[in-house]
Amino acid sequence: MEYREICEMTALQLGQAIREKKTTSTEAVSAVLAAIEEKEPQTHAYITICREEAFAKASEVDAALAAGDEGLLASPLAGVPIAIKDNICTKDIKTSCASKILGDFAPFYDATVIEKLEKAGAVMIGKTNMDEFAMGSTTETSAYGPTLNPWDAGRVPGGSSGGSAAAVGARAAVCALGSDTGGSIRQPAAYCGVTGFKPTYGTVSRYGLIAYASSLDQIGPIAKDVKDCAALMDIISGHDEMDGTSLPQEMQPAGYLNAMNGKITGMRIGIPKEAVEKGLEPDVKKAILDMGRTLQNLGAEVEEISLPFLDYVIPTYYIIAAAEASSNLSRFDGVRYGFRAEGYEDLTEMYSKTRSQGFGEEVKKRILLGTFVLSSGYYDAYYKKALQVKAIIKQEFDKIFSRFDAILLPAAPSTAPKLGESLADSLKMYLSDIFTVSVNIAGLPGLSVPSGFDREGMPVGTQIIGPALGDVNVLNIGYAFQQATDWHKASPSACAAAAEKEVR
Amino acid sequence: MQITKELVGYVAELSRIELDEAQTEKMQQELGAIVEYMDILSTLDTTETEPLSHIFAITNVMREDEVRPSADNEDIMKNLPETEDGMPVVPRTID
Amino acid sequence: MAWEVVIGLEVHVELNTKTKIFCSCTTEFGGAPNTHCCPICTGQPGTLPKLNRKVLESAVMTGIALNCDITRYNKFDRKNYFYPDLPKAYQISQLYRPFARNGRVDITTRSGKKKSIGIHEIHMEEDAGKLVHSPFGDVTYPDWNRCGVPLLEIVSEPDFRSAEEVIAYLEKLKSTLQYLGVSDCKMEEGSMRADVNLSVREVGAPEFGTRTEMKNINSFKSIERAIAFESQRQIDCLEFGEEIVQETRRWDENRGKTYSMRSKENAQDYRYFPEPDIPPISISEEMIRTLTEAQPEMAEAKKARYMKDYGMSEKNAGILTGNKHFAQIFEETIALGADVTETTNWLMGHTLYLMGEKGVEADDLSIQPTVFAKFEDLIVSGRLNRTMGKEVFEKVFEGDPDFDVEGYIKENNLEAISDDSQVGAVVKEVLDAYMDLVADYKAGDEKLYGFFIGQCMMKLKGKASPALVNRLVKEEIERR
Repeated sequence: MEYREICEMTALQLGQAIREKKTTSTEAVSAVLAAIEEKEPQTHAYITICREEAFAKASEVDAALAAGDEGLLASPLAGVPIAIKDNICTKDIKTSCASKILGDFAPFYDATVIEKLEKAGAVMIGKTNMDEFAMGSTTETSAYGPTLNPWDAGRVPGGSSGGSAAAVGARAAVCALGSDTGGSIRQPAAYCGVTGFKPTYGTVSRYGLIAYASSLDQIGPIAKDVKDCAALMDIISGHDEMDGTSLPQEMQPAGYLNAMNGKITGMRIGIPKEAVEKGLEPDVKKAILDMGRTLQNLGAEVEEISLPFLDYVIPTYYIIAAAEASSNLSRFDGVRYGFRAEGYEDLTEMYSKTRSQGFGEEVKKRILLGTFVLSSGYYDAYYKKALQVKAIIKQEFDKIFSRFDAILLPAAPSTAPKLGESLADSLKMYLSDIFTVSVNIAGLPGLSVPSGFDREGMPVGTQIIGPALGDVNVLNIGYAFQQATDWHKASPSACAAAAEKEVR
Repeated sequence: MQITKELVGYVAELSRIELDEAQTEKMQQELGAIVEYMDILSTLDTTETEPLSHIFAITNVMREDEVRPSADNEDIMKNLPETEDGMPVVPRTID
Repeated sequence: MAWEVVIGLEVHVELNTKTKIFCSCTTEFGGAPNTHCCPICTGQPGTLPKLNRKVLESAVMTGIALNCDITRYNKFDRKNYFYPDLPKAYQISQLYRPFARNGRVDITTRSGKKKSIGIHEIHMEEDAGKLVHSPFGDVTYPDWNRCGVPLLEIVSEPDFRSAEEVIAYLEKLKSTLQYLGVSDCKMEEGSMRADVNLSVREVGAPEFGTRTEMKNINSFKSIERAIAFESQRQIDCLEFGEEIVQETRRWDENRGKTYSMRSKENAQDYRYFPEPDIPPISISEEMIRTLTEAQPEMAEAKKARYMKDYGMSEKNAGILTGNKHFAQIFEETIALGADVTETTNWLMGHTLYLMGEKGVEADDLSIQPTVFAKFEDLIVSGRLNRTMGKEVFEKVFEGDPDFDVEGYIKENNLEAISDDSQVGAVVKEVLDAYMDLVADYKAGDEKLYGFFIGQCMMKLKGKASPALVNRLVKEEIERR
């Protein structure tokens, strides 16, 4: 098969082709590596490419499939290459969090999701770029340089899982894992024209995910469509003994892929009026309203609702996230991992020189902010207050979801900004997270699906958000939408090819 | 809430992050703007609201008291910048 | 001016669970540096803690035994600070919702004063590692084997007014925790450590004075000395009109003084916040009931039972039950059929003597009940007389489990001479030699009787039973 053909397939299509011996896992790995070679100079989506490991795993899977391994034959993504965000620990493979401070840190253990993917026969192709320690909305804070948007190299891919989203968007990855603390899967998925899912907190193990904000972080899939996301959820979700916040198996949703039937008749879906009114770019506004109409045509009941707490979500989110980050990142002190500064006089100086040189600006800013909100005299006014507002936000969501199956929100107020634009004003950058962070505060599932293009040809994404543990429903609504629309099928190369045809 | 230079210095020291004069000033401005924005929370009455630290009402997640093999010392030492005979090396602490 | 010393204690006890509090590494003492470690207890990125069920059970059991209110809904918090013995740079502890509060420990001091000491709170936390300093250069080597060993921190109210009260409290705590079986409480091994907060004030003053803190003093004796020194230092300061500085002071055992520690922490602001990685703990009525029922017989109950069942004196029962291990030796020995009075006498007599002589703590007694019971059997049956017995008991005290008492006395020719004719011959020989004194005795000089016995025993090298010698001497004199 021609490599471009393989790279345009969804993960499920490729998995089927491998099982039906139309191609092999080894061929799929070669195809993705060829695509990486072609696209990397423009997108810079990867930090590490796992060429040898991928070929070794692929031939192992090919051999097992040829030998009739029943487990792998029943695994829809056996042999399919996958890209992994570089904050997920991979045994003996550099895991950098896109930070200088981790140096060449190579864990001696795998994250639980990596073990699960391994068992399912997926093939890790590389580790993707991200904002340093997942702190940022643009992938520009990476110590390895920014990732560029596959649709327009002058723009950011979003963040923090910008590498994973850009790789899938550029068709330099078949599918990927990202992590989402305040929108880090959904927003870059939207900016890069792909589908990204942030599951209910506690459904996917966080063991081996290098923590940014422990109470908000969640690993999730980034893929070409909803069905691929569902197939990945079948693999990576489930109770894990190693994660105390992992939900018990009996509470966990299951059978994600099997539940995708596109039937949404009678489902009640709310569109918050604040979200539509709040300084949205017109094309983003049009996309969410169009999506509402589409879902209505598919049999859902769509209503306008109110999200009264929207003004409070950004402060609440940044206080909690920064506080936890300041504590989680204290362990990077020059004693254990990677980088240690030179020329220190004593222990305190070793710590502060290492941390000052090892962390980037945005990370330092959030550590200082988090230290401030926890420090004596300010704890009650900021951190405790944020936990109280968190309680209110949860109550409000509970009220909404007692009447609705899902709500729609934009993934971001605009499409992908130009490079360099966001970092100039960090408060403004924080404010652009307004539609994504509440999902993390309340631990809810949120899906971002491609829902249009703006007048400059940049993809727009819209979120479908459900109640806690309503993951299957949320994905199914997205699936119904993708059955009825083609936005998710667009890729930069396909569009370029189409444009070329038109010119001819 | 006014973020002073002294406060920036204090949290920087607690965080073990060195800031020179210019960086301190920049942080003071940026943190000042962010904290000022965060003060919107003080307009909400939360006197009756219990702080919510853990989002789901899951409790008592525990494991049994059964020993499992520890890691190899070489693995523990693997990523360290400086080691000697299976131990990390750090500047002398005062005890 | 009359001064009053006010003391509060923070006692750390290591729980004796098999595994660490948040991971499955062994808690076993020793081991090569950094070999009882895993990704979790060394704070490797991405790893997560998971609470050991046994730690919670031991903790709640302790809370119940110390008469605390058990917090039904409690949580862990992070205490943030940088130090190389703390790999995560935060210690998982409990600040906002400790599992136990408002307890009480009733103590009786050595001079017999009874008092009730308040327990402010008890919380669970993880231990830090050990720092080994290079003897040559300016470097330190962290050993993380102890990282994550479970600790209880028992915080008292500032209720102590003397070192005597402090020691009585520590002894009571130690006994209670040992009886519960939750900790070894060995100060010298570091499984029990005390921080002493001390201030002085004028008698009758309503406010407390400024306090200092002395950390990790590692024996009862040192605690007594440290309290005596620090109280006097503070009183001297105040009498000279100096102010007490609130600070941590180090106790120097060799010089018998406390020293101000140069402030190593730049600022003390631990930024506690709820540990997001560990869901809250909910303690049910049922759990409390089960753990209350599972509580073993504690010192006081045991003491009462010994007095009632064995007719033991209050003093003896008190000493025997004052240490769990001591009581255990007693109970196991009598369970093997040994006589209660005989056992009590050997423990209260020669055992205590040897402990004092050799400086052995009750915790470290190695007397083997099987050997001890066999020894008593030889005494009671008369095959070993009591004088010889004291010598042989030293071997029993040494505690070799394979020590063969019977073989030993045979080998060393220590067995009692119980043969009437053999002893009778010696008696005859002695009385024959002192015929004139026998006459004096018969004439009324009764003091001489003891002389005859002594002479006989000397000839018998002490191996005959005094009762037998006594009887035969009496019979032989009468015959003359």
